[in-house]
Amino acid sequence: MTISIPSITLSNIGPLLTLTVAGLLLLLMDALTPKGKKGYFPYLSLIALVIAAVQTTMLWNRSGTDFARMIYVDNFAFFFYLIFLLATGLTILISIKYLEDYHRNLEEYYTLLIFATIGMMLMAAGGHLILIFLGLEILSIAIYILAGLFREDVKSNEAALKYLILGAFSSAFLLFGMAMLYGATGSLFLDDLAQAIKAGVGTNPLLLFGMGLLIVGFGFKVSSVPFHMWTPDVYEGAPTSVTAFMSVGTKAAAFAALVRIFFLVFPEIKMEWNMLLWGLAVATMTLGNVVAIAQTNIKRMLAYSSIAHAGYLLVALVAANQLGAISFLYYLVAYTLMNLGAFAIVILVARKKDDYINIYDYCGLGFQYPALAAAMSVFMFALAGIPPTAGFVGKFYVFSAAVEAGYIWLAIIGVMNSLISVFYYLRITVLMYMRPAEADLGPVTMTPAISSAVLVTAAGVLAIGVFPGPLYELALNSVKIFVGL
Amino acid sequence: MLISYLPILVYLIISIGLAVLIVALSEALGKKTHTAVKDLPYECGMVPISDARHRYAVKFYVITMFFLVFDIEAIFLYPWGVIFKPLGLFGLIEMGVFILILMVGLAYVWGKGALEWE
Amino acid sequence: MIEYVWLVPLVPILGFLFNGLLGKRVPKWLVSLVGCSVIGIPFLIVILIFREYLQLPADAKPVEVVVYNWISSGNFNALAAFLVDPLSLIMMLVVSGVSFIIHIYSVGYMHDDEGYPRYFSYLNLFVFAMLVLVSANNFLLMFVGWEGVGLCSYLLIGFWYEKQSASDAGKKAFVVNRIGDFGFLLGIFLIFWTFNTINFREVFSIAGTNFEVGSLVITAITLLLFVGATGKSAQLPLYVWLPDAMEGPTPVSALIHAATMVTAGVYMVARCSALYVLAPVSLTVVAIVGAATAILSASIGLAQNDIKRVLAYSTVSQLGYMFLACGVGAFVAGIFHLMTHAFFKALLFLGSGSVIHAMSGEQDMRHMGDLKKHLPITYWTFIMATLAIAGIFPFAGFFSKDEILYKSLVDGHILYWLIAAAAAFMTAFYMFRLIFMTFHGESRVDHEVLHHVHESPPVMTLPLIALAVLSTIGGFVGIPIIEGANVFHDFLAPAIAHVHRPEIHYPISFEVSMMVVSVIIALLGINTAYRMYIKRPELPQIVTEKIPLLYDLIYHKYYVDELYAATVVNPIKVGSDFLWKGVDEQVVDGAVNGSAGVIEWLSYHIRKLETGYVQNYALAILIGVFIIAGYYLGR
Repeated sequence: MTISIPSITLSNIGPLLTLTVAGLLLLLMDALTPKGKKGYFPYLSLIALVIAAVQTTMLWNRSGTDFARMIYVDNFAFFFYLIFLLATGLTILISIKYLEDYHRNLEEYYTLLIFATIGMMLMAAGGHLILIFLGLEILSIAIYILAGLFREDVKSNEAALKYLILGAFSSAFLLFGMAMLYGATGSLFLDDLAQAIKAGVGTNPLLLFGMGLLIVGFGFKVSSVPFHMWTPDVYEGAPTSVTAFMSVGTKAAAFAALVRIFFLVFPEIKMEWNMLLWGLAVATMTLGNVVAIAQTNIKRMLAYSSIAHAGYLLVALVAANQLGAISFLYYLVAYTLMNLGAFAIVILVARKKDDYINIYDYCGLGFQYPALAAAMSVFMFALAGIPPTAGFVGKFYVFSAAVEAGYIWLAIIGVMNSLISVFYYLRITVLMYMRPAEADLGPVTMTPAISSAVLVTAAGVLAIGVFPGPLYELALNSVKIFVGL
Repeated sequence: MLISYLPILVYLIISIGLAVLIVALSEALGKKTHTAVKDLPYECGMVPISDARHRYAVKFYVITMFFLVFDIEAIFLYPWGVIFKPLGLFGLIEMGVFILILMVGLAYVWGKGALEWE
Repeated sequence: MIEYVWLVPLVPILGFLFNGLLGKRVPKWLVSLVGCSVIGIPFLIVILIFREYLQLPADAKPVEVVVYNWISSGNFNALAAFLVDPLSLIMMLVVSGVSFIIHIYSVGYMHDDEGYPRYFSYLNLFVFAMLVLVSANNFLLMFVGWEGVGLCSYLLIGFWYEKQSASDAGKKAFVVNRIGDFGFLLGIFLIFWTFNTINFREVFSIAGTNFEVGSLVITAITLLLFVGATGKSAQLPLYVWLPDAMEGPTPVSALIHAATMVTAGVYMVARCSALYVLAPVSLTVVAIVGAATAILSASIGLAQNDIKRVLAYSTVSQLGYMFLACGVGAFVAGIFHLMTHAFFKALLFLGSGSVIHAMSGEQDMRHMGDLKKHLPITYWTFIMATLAIAGIFPFAGFFSKDEILYKSLVDGHILYWLIAAAAAFMTAFYMFRLIFMTFHGESRVDHEVLHHVHESPPVMTLPLIALAVLSTIGGFVGIPIIEGANVFHDFLAPAIAHVHRPEIHYPISFEVSMMVVSVIIALLGINTAYRMYIKRPELPQIVTEKIPLLYDLIYHKYYVDELYAATVVNPIKVGSDFLWKGVDEQVVDGAVNGSAGVIEWLSYHIRKLETGYVQNYALAILIGVFIIAGYYLGR
């Protein structure tokens, strides 16, 4: 018996290796160092993230596959690596003070964040459906634990359990879908699947059901209607910093896998899925925006807002053209910045035991903390899609991609949805500046970490909103792999 | 095109039908006698001392999970052992990394005191 | 200098940043200095650019200055680039000039306000957005400015946010404007879809060569753009926010809600004249909406007692005139009126601000009267502005208004002219009614207040004088009839498209007589006001003998003092009350609030689906699976 050992280039997964080593090291050090001397853990994690980011930029422009075609080495994956690293880094910055306030600044928190990041990266780079699934599970298990971080808090427990049960439920569908794809084509490699579809198994019902179940599985992770029901409860119950991470990281990772699969494997049979996703996109946008209006808890409001944003991203997926793919990447960067920024403010205002998470607690914030309120307004304007913020440019790209692909109505519905969303986003701004304070918020302590996170996100939202050019070029560079578009 | 899946449907109907049929038949035809002793849960021939449904200490679950994790590690070693020679040095290094990662896990578990019973 | 045109919008934003970030920590004089000079500098730059532009050879015009490639996606390119052509130059001059004057005035008016730095930072931001709007070379950048001015308008209307009515008015303005913006945005989408570009000059040249007059898609585009214009420029049916917008500080009303922002719609229509001339249907719609707005709001203005509300309805009415001009193809006349209106309406608002300032915040004209001797400068400048708006020769408004009236007759329809003339009569009437009630007659001022009445400080009166000069002589750039004397028209002509219709030459005597008629109409309005508010008791006998025929008309309507209240004011008042309370507040506001209400209702009900039970959530997922399976089975 001979087994051919594939030739592998370890540098191709350099960022992943760095993070793995860092994660293990943190775990080991956690076990070996005595209590009370672990304050440097978050900074160690940040250093690891920065190293991984540097490695990613050095890999830029490599192309092809590695590890026996298991992972893709291309700019699309690298672009997502950078998004994930950015999201994780910002999450760490906004977590430290928050967790200290709750006396839950556990070292495992950072380890789990790093493992979750590894899972996300595998999802973005996976060239084999099982590897993508493994990435998803690495990510999900870490998040299940993180969601239940506040053990004594009933809501946190509830969030973790709900997410676990429903996550497992939807993972089953995902796996079932993959099995069906295997049944239809005889392979789980994305390359092979694409070849098989080109060769004409496109109308095989097994394949179509398999594809549909992939939509279910990933639809759950990105919280698309009707797989979104968990989102508000979990977002509300989970620790705010974890919610921030979930709303950005999980969504981006699931979308990364979804986009790669649909744009690489299924573009040939676009007619089979575009109307389905069209419906999902419209339902997701509309439900998210409409229900967000009725929310008075800011975390729930942001949960519905994240559902709505998943809808906008689905629009880019439906468009299925090059501009769609570009708009996708751009929108995810913009969304990462603006959503994490908004959550950072929520953390700052809420402080101890989520005391101030009602939207009316923001009344008069503009007078007590002008800088904080100004930053929040920037994020709200960005989320609503008002120029000159990144949110506007992102929406603009997404909707013009839809128009270019001939989905005029989809674009119109999208614009109308943005109009609805203006209501609840600007309500926050209005409350901050046009109402007297209802609750005395007391002192808000700004640590260097969280203020730098707010500063980076706010400046980023404005910078890529005013100068979208470079990011556009980068995204254009990253989506060239999708030759079928 | 769906017609090709008809056999599966037939198979499903037959298997479910058969299961229902067997249970129903034994229920209908069998002779049943109930006594207090006969209805007791079986516990190695002993008279049960207390209710079976009481809560276990969480430690049991933790230990179970550790066992499962390290058990699976051991299972992975078997196929590797079978093809140790063809895999050669590459396989040795790969398995070394695998075991190392698990060792870190063990060290963590140990260091955190999860292995101590009290 | 032209290549530095980007400095024009850029400098105000520096003021915004300075006053917004540091305003509270630096002394007041520095805030004023920075706030005013960042507007004054662009004004000087525009003047320099203007001079340079005049000397450019014809083939070098117009100039496009590309700053950088702002957004590119696929074949779509939006440059941050500016277009320097006669139209944008005129607009930049008017905007920066009037803004500068109003900034200086604000130094005095807002002096004791706590939000002084905030006020100036918003105002600077507004000027930035407005200058971007008028100098952009493509639709998208224009839209950025468009949204920006909307935002500033919202912030400044609600500037005194502690007042419930002020923050409500801000919200109302914002919501109503969003409806218009939605149309505008759809128009831009349609433009890009049709032309594959959003650059003004490219769009217009493609439209001119590839599309026939009456083309359906052009008609759709122009109508959608016009929806945007009705929102921003307060036309039927979206004008309702403007009267409420008077809750903002008076200089803001002068700058944003009279002189500049509300004219953005007119500017946009004129800018897109090349598209509008291809769509006769749209032009007719523009003309009808303009005419209807002009007469309707003028009639509402007759019955208002709040000094600023009279001016607000008057603004709506004058904007209607501008659209009427555009609608009959006289875009130049529309822009001309835009400019003169900016002068005299800004002056009117600032003058009313001076009155309110002197009256310790009182805005109700019924509590004024006989202020002439207390506020001489305010009074005389106010008189000049009022003569201008009434269209009395040789004040600025005469030239522009007369041109609109004339064009609506010869290029439009006799009905347009009749409506416009009726509105002109009402304008003259209610403006002088305002003058008489405020400055003449018996003093109805509170004794307590009267004690404090004083003329405003020079920092407020000097801007009034400057604007008064402009309102008086500003019309002479557009002298009609004499060949070559209409400098304004000749300068603007290259930037404006012309409606293709057979040229009809009317004798000069006809044009002159029309002019006389328009002045007579204005004088009649003034006269009526005079009789009603000053000479009430001697009204019947004397005038009947002087102009028996015309007076007869008025006589039957306004005959007896006792009947005056019952026959004229009340019906109009009831009518305008009905329009105001019935149509405005019930129908128009109701529609706006109603659609928001429906969504809110939906929102509260859909969220009940969120039960909190995991099994229900799993069921939803399962239903999703069945829907997807059903979709594939069902095809």
